[in-house]
Amino acid sequence: MSEKKEKLICYHCGLEMTESETVWFDGKPFCCNGCKTVYEILNKNKLSQYYTLNETPGIKTDEIDENVKQKYAYLDNPEIEKKLLEFDDGQTKVVNFYIPNIHCSSCIWVLEHLDKLNENISHSEVNFPAKTVRITYRADKISLREIVELLASIAYPPLISLEDLEKDKKQSNKKLIYQLGIAGFAFGNVMLMALPEYIQGEGYWIERFKPVFGWIMFTLSVPVVFYSARDYFESAIKGLKQKIVNVDILIALGITVLFLRSAYEIITKTGPGFFDSLTGLVFFLLLGKYFQRITYDYLSFERDYKSYFPIAVTKIINNKEEITEIKDIKPGDRLLIRNEEIIPVDGILMKNTALIDYSFVTGESLPVEKKVGDQILAGGKQKGNFIEIEAISDVDNSYLTKLWAREAFQEDKNNIKNLTDKISKYFTFAILSIALLSGIYWYYKSGFSTAIWVITAVLIVACPCALALSAPFAFGNILRQFGYHKFYVKNASVIENTAHIDTLVFDKTGTLTEQEKYEVDYQGKKLSDKEKQIIKTMVRASKHPLSKLIYKYLKKYPLVNLQKITEIPSKGIEAEYQEKKYRLGSANFTGNISRNTTTQSFFSIENQNMGSFVFKAKYRNGIKELFNRLQQKYDLFILSGDNDSEKETLRKILPENTTLLFNQSVHDKMDFIQSLQQKGKKVMMIGDGLNDAGALQQADVGIAIAEDSNVFTPSSDGILKAEKLPVLDKFLSVSKNTLKVIYISFLLAFIYNIIGLGFAVTNNLTPIVAAILMPISSISIVIFVTILTGILSKKLNIR
Amino acid sequence: MIALYLTIFISLILALIFLVLFLSSVKNGQFEDSYTPSVRMLFEDEFNLEKKEDTISTETKQTND
Repeated sequence: MSEKKEKLICYHCGLEMTESETVWFDGKPFCCNGCKTVYEILNKNKLSQYYTLNETPGIKTDEIDENVKQKYAYLDNPEIEKKLLEFDDGQTKVVNFYIPNIHCSSCIWVLEHLDKLNENISHSEVNFPAKTVRITYRADKISLREIVELLASIAYPPLISLEDLEKDKKQSNKKLIYQLGIAGFAFGNVMLMALPEYIQGEGYWIERFKPVFGWIMFTLSVPVVFYSARDYFESAIKGLKQKIVNVDILIALGITVLFLRSAYEIITKTGPGFFDSLTGLVFFLLLGKYFQRITYDYLSFERDYKSYFPIAVTKIINNKEEITEIKDIKPGDRLLIRNEEIIPVDGILMKNTALIDYSFVTGESLPVEKKVGDQILAGGKQKGNFIEIEAISDVDNSYLTKLWAREAFQEDKNNIKNLTDKISKYFTFAILSIALLSGIYWYYKSGFSTAIWVITAVLIVACPCALALSAPFAFGNILRQFGYHKFYVKNASVIENTAHIDTLVFDKTGTLTEQEKYEVDYQGKKLSDKEKQIIKTMVRASKHPLSKLIYKYLKKYPLVNLQKITEIPSKGIEAEYQEKKYRLGSANFTGNISRNTTTQSFFSIENQNMGSFVFKAKYRNGIKELFNRLQQKYDLFILSGDNDSEKETLRKILPENTTLLFNQSVHDKMDFIQSLQQKGKKVMMIGDGLNDAGALQQADVGIAIAEDSNVFTPSSDGILKAEKLPVLDKFLSVSKNTLKVIYISFLLAFIYNIIGLGFAVTNNLTPIVAAILMPISSISIVIFVTILTGILSKKLNIR
Repeated sequence: MIALYLTIFISLILALIFLVLFLSSVKNGQFEDSYTPSVRMLFEDEFNLEKKEDTISTETKQTND
């Protein structure tokens, strides 16, 4: 009895449903046959523990139809297979798939028990943060295609994109960790060996170990200089070649001088050298570098259309289907596009009616209908029946993909000079002249050797360790804090660029509006309850997204018995009830005139127009308040690819000085950003779809909005979770203040340097002074910066 | 105090061993995925459990006989 009152929830995917929709199997409710089938497969293979680890762990799947069977046919092509495999010795093959559906521990469990589903899979291992599964299987018994079909059958279809074919199997960068490990090892041991130097006075027993310790220290610091510090030398040489004075030049100079002078002291037995300072310096510098480098394994900032596009497509040659790689498509080719497949090239629709979802491209998730003869742009996803198109371009020359050939995509945006480098330019010249002047002074006073001593001392003590550390630690800490608050930034220089922003440009659809929520509104003659019931029954069976929205809108009404329902593709639904003809659908189908500004669905009885259901994208909460706060400090622009039907609504929400631009194409958006930059503006672009990709790339900072981390985002400098968009201004102001903190820490670093230089030019720099001063200056600056940025990021907590 | 040479030598070797272990574990990818193993170790392998139960039940049968 109580069960009836409880809400029915799909045992597999957790979708709420009404009783009439429920599919019962094995005493458990399912929302659709797709979910039921997955349960069936898992249950049969004794994998039902999947459902006990987490409640409703599944992802809703569409029913597996005949088309899906053909979907992975391209994997039988040996050339494509070869490119996808990680390892192949003829018998055993290893493949690594990216599976976006991985989201919980049940997923890990079931994917690591694939061997129970098929005995020819010998091993499978999930990397949860990266959402990948590595599968080892017996090549003679099971094919790659069968494995992918197996994964698809349990609702974990791998995403195999064009990118997988082209990327070099890249190795993750572990070099920095090796360097850091070796520097840390050497630093720790050298500190111990340097102990005798800290004991003042003569005649202690430890004195006689000094030479041995000296040689050990020398040996330990050789790998530090030649391996751990290697990147600094390379960067300094690169800088010199390009005639750019960067901070690494001073660091490289400091390390060289430290090492040479210490080695000289050990060899000539004149002193202990500065090995502890040397190894400590390198260790701290690398630590700063490591701290600054944060990787969000599960996010990718470099995606372009290649991560969306499929590998292969079905080509029709003389009524025969043939699998072709995307790159081999030529204008004039006839292509078969099935349900849920992405259209890879611009083309003309030749057969059937297309229903194309451009949400990857525009952020608009309501599909667009196309009739035979219409032009279809690449990047859309077909929903529904299969269609045939004739290609009018190849992949690289389609309207959308041409964008990636433009200049902005060729240059590396992060190659610009950063703050530390700008300051260190002056710093370097100052230090070099101080070294030279004090050298000349000591040359005339006490001779050549003292002069060399003083010059090297100046270069050692002036090594800008503190200077080089403050920015990495400040930005690194802010990067982490932003990550906690769901703003994932590519690297530290993005935060620096963000601090200089004075202009903000927003995309509309999918950025200011929610990506999958629509408001349904009925306009026209008032409908009776009976009519509403009829409409609900009409749309129930339809798979058209608008039908689903209307069905949801009329949820509370019961169903009626209709005599006849027919769905006519690209037109609408027709039904008969008590000898009357009801029609729901496009304007001319129902005898209406469409003004074609908004998405709507018309309703008529006996060809008498009743009214229409209007679908409007829902604006995100807090947008109005956000813009009100932003308008005081920033120039605001809206660039929309849609027509201006939303103009009035936007005007009401947004402050007056926001510039609204409509009908902006992919290239317009990019050009507009460029024109702002030419006026000297520092522009931040906030967008979501592939049509913003150009603008995101062109802007000084491009931010992609993501509803959840499963979805694709175009290449950008940062990914902001949609729910955090209303507090964008806080992120901006925190970045600005971080820059101030860095300026203060630079001042502190200079003070330390002046003290150090005081010792050096007066020829008082002993190894002990260096060994104390250098770590203290570095550590205190790191602490200072970390605490202050920590306080700054508290601001982000306030809702 | 000559013994100090020996102890220093040993300590350096020990430290070096740890360094090599660390570097090799980085190389083997032990730090690449720090999340999944923590979930994996909590899975009860019910397939092995079933087998065990089977053997236990057959054993008890035998003793009963």
